[in-house]
Amino acid sequence: MSNSLILIRERFPEVQVFEKNPRRLYLTIPREELTKIAQFLHKELGMRLSICTGIDTRDGFEVLYHFSEDKTGTIYTLKVFAPKDDPKIDSQGAWFPAAQWIEREMHELLGIDFVGHPNLTPFLTSDTNWEADRYPLRRDYENRSESHER
Amino acid sequence: MSDETKTRRIVPIGPYHPLQEEPEFFKLIVEGETVVDLEIHLGYNHRGHEFISPELTYEQVPFLVERICGICSNSHPLAAVLAIEDCAGIKPPPRANYIRSIIHELERIHSHLLWVGLAGHFIGYNTVWMWAWRYREHVLQVFEMITGNRNHYAANKPGGVRWDIKPEYIPEIRAALDLVEKKTLMLTKAVLDDPVIRARLEGVGVLTKEQALAWSVVGPTARASGVDIDVRRDDPHCAYDQIPWNVVVLPEGDVFAKAKVRLLEIFESIRIIRGCLGNLPDGPIDTRIDEIPPGEGIGRTEAPRGEVFHYIRSDGSNRPLRHKIRAPSYMNIASNVVAVKGGSIADAALTLAAVDPCYCCTERMAAFEDGKLKYSGKELLRLSWQKTERLRERFK
Repeated sequence: MSNSLILIRERFPEVQVFEKNPRRLYLTIPREELTKIAQFLHKELGMRLSICTGIDTRDGFEVLYHFSEDKTGTIYTLKVFAPKDDPKIDSQGAWFPAAQWIEREMHELLGIDFVGHPNLTPFLTSDTNWEADRYPLRRDYENRSESHER
Repeated sequence: MSDETKTRRIVPIGPYHPLQEEPEFFKLIVEGETVVDLEIHLGYNHRGHEFISPELTYEQVPFLVERICGICSNSHPLAAVLAIEDCAGIKPPPRANYIRSIIHELERIHSHLLWVGLAGHFIGYNTVWMWAWRYREHVLQVFEMITGNRNHYAANKPGGVRWDIKPEYIPEIRAALDLVEKKTLMLTKAVLDDPVIRARLEGVGVLTKEQALAWSVVGPTARASGVDIDVRRDDPHCAYDQIPWNVVVLPEGDVFAKAKVRLLEIFESIRIIRGCLGNLPDGPIDTRIDEIPPGEGIGRTEAPRGEVFHYIRSDGSNRPLRHKIRAPSYMNIASNVVAVKGGSIADAALTLAAVDPCYCCTERMAAFEDGKLKYSGKELLRLSWQKTERLRERFK
């Protein structure tokens, strides 16, 4: 087990770890713990935010924060879930400028609210007449193929 | 209104640049000649790859993501197939790994030469531009020989590569590398020793190490700010862990350091390709994949501009359920907000271009004052050239 994972488990015993392979670790965490764990990874373990992924699943929204530990070449992915009727997640852009753009993008494409974000104005569709309540990466978007709905 | 805000003006740069892959719109907020703030707008060329990818099969996805960028058109398909292979838990044959490294490094050489040429053009050194692009041509000819295309090489597929490097190609690749190495050495010496170029680039657009870490910048932009990262070394893939080479890191963080990192990386790339050609293993170039099991995979690779990141979620069907793509410029361009502040407007175009966002079309720049056109794109380019001329006079 890597040193960083031992430290994470010591500090946050509630983290559920899935080790896809030694360099790809997925940590499922409670929604309210996200800021604390993300700050621990960046400020204390020196990890760099690569990017975030937002996914609309059957059970709710899944947001993945991919942190890269460059000295070991490992990606630590923090996975948080938000229910569909309460799509709110604490913003990491409020303290970490690298997360600002991607959170704006996820807000725009999936309709997830990032609480505390300094600027959640439209990002990719800022100069178009895009309707505010249409989210292209949601499963119920009208033009999405039904290939995955089977 | 205070006196300070009275004199603030907005200089728009953009929004659409037909020569580059990533159109951006920069609103420079200036006081006199000094840039005090920057607003960035994106999305003008958004083509919905993350939306389209789940409609395609895993075999088709590399062809789609290859078209994200015309210059680094090997980095995205390579990262995508690495993500698919991570998801499926398979490894390509050794020969495929070597061929992937060779094509990836050839791409880095031509991309860096392209940027050096454009940087020369921005500051009024069109000789540098023409030299660099002339030497880049030899690399494109090697691509044409190996893959049949000068761009969009279609080299990667899940499980391996599509094109083999035949034995008769190897002497020609070596000859092209010898020529490019000799000419790049000459170009590097000429560029790095020129007092005017140094005066134009040193101390301009500085991004400190702390800023680089806070904005998570990648690639030469990060390495020129003293951040020692390179996915090829840190997260070994292809054949990078089997060939000796070095990561170029400089502490200064200015445009000169970014140019120097790129020029020195060309020599490392040549070294890697020579190492791969010398040790090219025999055997098949691809592996059969029957199905991609449900799960998730991450693929990342070091594009010429920095780390490319692909995440794929599979539900067990023949297409991805979700495909997240992050190009390096997505992180690098955001850092311009701090790099460009405090600099002169004559340096702004160069600073914004220093992260290599393919921001190369100053012809589209325009400056407005009170609703009226103040400078056209050509005039802004002239301002940059005039500064170079003033420095030339001083250094005579």
